[in-house]
Amino acid sequence: MGYVAIKGGETAIAEAVKLLEFLRTRDNTASPLSTEAIQNQLHFLHSRVLSEGGLYHPELASLAIKQSAGDTLEAAFYLRAYRSTRPRLGETPLHSGKNMRLIRRISAAFKDIPGGQMLGPTTDYLQRLFRFELLDESPKHFRKIAKTWLKEIPDEVLPTTFPKVLDSLRQEGLLPPVTEHHEHPFDITREPLVFPVPRSAALATMARGETGSVLAIAYSNMRGYGDIHPTVAELRVGYLPVQLQHPVTSEFVEVGEVLMTECEVVSMYEAQENEDQPTFGLGYGACFGHNEVKAIAMAILDRALQKGIKHGSQSPSEDPEFVLLHIDGIESMGFASHYKMPHYVTFQSDMDRLRTTQKNFQEGKISE
Amino acid sequence: MNKILEVRNLTKIYGSNCPQCFTSTGPEANTNICPYCKSIVAAFNVSFDLYQGEILGIMGESGSGKSSLVKMLYFDEAPTQGSASFFEKNKTYDLFALNSAQAMWLRNHRFGMVYQNPHLALNFQVSAGGNIAERLLVSDCINYTKIRDRSKTLLARTEFLIERIDELPKNFSGGMQQRVQIARALATEPPLLFLDEVTTGLDLSVQAKILDLILELQQQLKVAMIVVTHDLGVIRLLTSRTIVMKYGRVVESGLTDQILEDPQHSYTQQLVASAL
Amino acid sequence: MTLLPKSLETASTKHQNDTSTSQSNVYGYQFGFLDEDAKKEIRRTLLKAVAIPGYQVPYASREMPIARGFGTGGLQITLSIIGADDTLKVIDQGSDDSVNAVNIRKFTAETCPGIKLTKRTQEATLIQTRHRIPEIPLKERQILVLQVPYPDPLVVVEASEEKRKIMHGGGDYARLWVKLYEDMIKFSEITISHRYPTRINGSYVIDPSPIPRFDVPKLHQSECLYLFGAGREKKIYAVPPYTNAQPLCFEDIPFRVEDFTDEKGQRRACARCGSTTSFLDEFLGNTGEKVYQCSDSDYCNSQLALRETLSE
Repeated sequence: MGYVAIKGGETAIAEAVKLLEFLRTRDNTASPLSTEAIQNQLHFLHSRVLSEGGLYHPELASLAIKQSAGDTLEAAFYLRAYRSTRPRLGETPLHSGKNMRLIRRISAAFKDIPGGQMLGPTTDYLQRLFRFELLDESPKHFRKIAKTWLKEIPDEVLPTTFPKVLDSLRQEGLLPPVTEHHEHPFDITREPLVFPVPRSAALATMARGETGSVLAIAYSNMRGYGDIHPTVAELRVGYLPVQLQHPVTSEFVEVGEVLMTECEVVSMYEAQENEDQPTFGLGYGACFGHNEVKAIAMAILDRALQKGIKHGSQSPSEDPEFVLLHIDGIESMGFASHYKMPHYVTFQSDMDRLRTTQKNFQEGKISE
Repeated sequence: MNKILEVRNLTKIYGSNCPQCFTSTGPEANTNICPYCKSIVAAFNVSFDLYQGEILGIMGESGSGKSSLVKMLYFDEAPTQGSASFFEKNKTYDLFALNSAQAMWLRNHRFGMVYQNPHLALNFQVSAGGNIAERLLVSDCINYTKIRDRSKTLLARTEFLIERIDELPKNFSGGMQQRVQIARALATEPPLLFLDEVTTGLDLSVQAKILDLILELQQQLKVAMIVVTHDLGVIRLLTSRTIVMKYGRVVESGLTDQILEDPQHSYTQQLVASAL
Repeated sequence: MTLLPKSLETASTKHQNDTSTSQSNVYGYQFGFLDEDAKKEIRRTLLKAVAIPGYQVPYASREMPIARGFGTGGLQITLSIIGADDTLKVIDQGSDDSVNAVNIRKFTAETCPGIKLTKRTQEATLIQTRHRIPEIPLKERQILVLQVPYPDPLVVVEASEEKRKIMHGGGDYARLWVKLYEDMIKFSEITISHRYPTRINGSYVIDPSPIPRFDVPKLHQSECLYLFGAGREKKIYAVPPYTNAQPLCFEDIPFRVEDFTDEKGQRRACARCGSTTSFLDEFLGNTGEKVYQCSDSDYCNSQLALRETLSE
């Protein structure tokens, strides 16, 4: 008679978890990854998870990477889920990227800029050739590198903050002047997106978007499904001091700093409908951590969306619904994975429909 | 005869609009673009009445504003100024004071529209019969057999081949697509029908057939119609009264026969003289 | 207010007592896992949903420790309304033992200490379900929380959310009806299998979640409260008790549920308990033959027990 009891689900899950854990720890000769090692030696991976998790907690970002065995979608997911449980203590005032303590700052728009083109720790000009000596590293090697580098640092004292390249463009009237906005920025963690959404909602969504998704859509615009023709006016990476209002004295106090990337992109000018003279368009991208590709892609999409809202979207990258609803890694990965869950009742229903239709077909009910 | 539509001072300006717009555009200025603010004064201060069961022609060349008028009355565009009232039995509807739900109701239940471009009206992803069904479904008829029968009746009336009722519109000729549009527009038996350049672009023989069809339908159903066209032949055949537009203004209006026989305005004279 | 389930009445007072026992350490969680702001928002959303039957209320859906697509919408509702005195049942595809149900039940039990768990439908005050409504009709004061992947039935004819919102606002479901019409001309049958569009209270049309057509009639004039949670799409909607729920169908074409008759025209029975009225799962037995069994495991168990007592 073949009665099947679908039991054992609980045991199966428990065993699956154990297996994952065994997989993660099977090399018991090596020392387990420390959260510092992940943050320091896997700096870009760590930054990516920070920016996609939407929670600036370097230690937990490392833990997320460790616990998820390096799956960036899962790791970002851990951070986000954790965020859901944290109470909100306060809100910072608006901050300006001008105050970033920079480690890197370049502009493609000009040969030289006030403060200089500071390459910083960039992979841009690396030759992607394997360095096989890295297969055999030790803490001694690390110490030697540090010692040499520190010895060779020149004596110059550099400013910690640098002026914005865009300010000079504004002074010349090539960019529209900054308008003061007194509206509260849209809080995507407290309100759902109901289209049309303001620009702050789009930027916030993209700031914690999955890097590959944001990149792919921006790339489509770069290649021709769109026409932004961007120039990077400024890309900066550094530590932004975070201020909070003291609950008793009401003074603004610096409570810490966050590593972040900020990109400002300038796009070709368009004809203006009104009396104003034409100016360049501006695209803005920013995210936690050191993630340049994402910041650039985000800035291009910001510009594309503004264009789409004004003139109607001519391509997916200009359509706010298309962009903002498909770049969240937690949502896309979850839904993709859910197809692995049991769907046999719905499938039963599908089979019923097809069987009936096939029967009708055979009985000649359908005239073609 | 009862009035069915009353249009007063209907105006449409595309652009920022400035005080000189009105005085610097129109037939005397030979343009509908304001030289000061570059706005397009598509229609200005257009007024007319339409009576039950009559066909009114709006004649003009491109840039005359005739299509803008009809777009406003069918709620495709919002007017810059002016008003329009629709009358039926004991109700009056102030068209531009309605909210969007009321406007849509009126559009779906009391008006019909046939566009020059079938892509504006037909859903090309859905069969010919489906396009008509969509209109019937909006008006709360949800009996499949009745809907199917009515679609067939309407298509038969427009001399469309019933065997092709389940095909997608992309396979049809221009004339057939127009027939589906007309059937669809008539589905809810509207008292008012708008026809915007419906035969332009079709073969002459097909044009003739469609025009005959429209006349026949009008005689049978007593639908009031507004026929927008640049073609004098269409005006002559279909309409009892006509207004002539140039660069957004009405330059002449009256009985079609009189206008064609004895045009008063120089522009109308030009049009009549240059007709083949 | 007599129809308000106990969990909603006492949940707010419950919270006041819970904050004292919340974080035992820096990384600790509080009762119901979600922070109080989140719960408050979800409860307000639920009230609005119940007040406007069938209307999809947008809300700021929080990320949960289980992935989007695995029931975060249903879970957020459950965690927002559950109290320590509730009895919870969780099912997936009708079964308490399905992996996803096990996972959600475990998580809820861990984050809501004190709640009772049950597999018996009749004992539950709160049931979270994926893809099925239990066979045994639910009673007043029972709440069924359904997990929803696609809240909007119009998504099949219009991809843009903004446009769909306008269509719902105007009660404009013409394009959905046209889809049903086109099905009829192509197949002489309506091909929608699960997620059958259903009109609530004569007004909004909902996607009742991927329940089979067999379960749609259970929504109509039911004693219990149905809550629908779409976590990823961030919408909540409800079918209150004693509310009309009509699947969209032409007057002259009857709404058809799944057909369990065999080649001889006999309605198939569950191989385990013999029921000829329940929704059956079909699968291949060990020797390759087709086996049919109740999808609702609790129903099957109770029918089997009944059979056994009757045969004694």
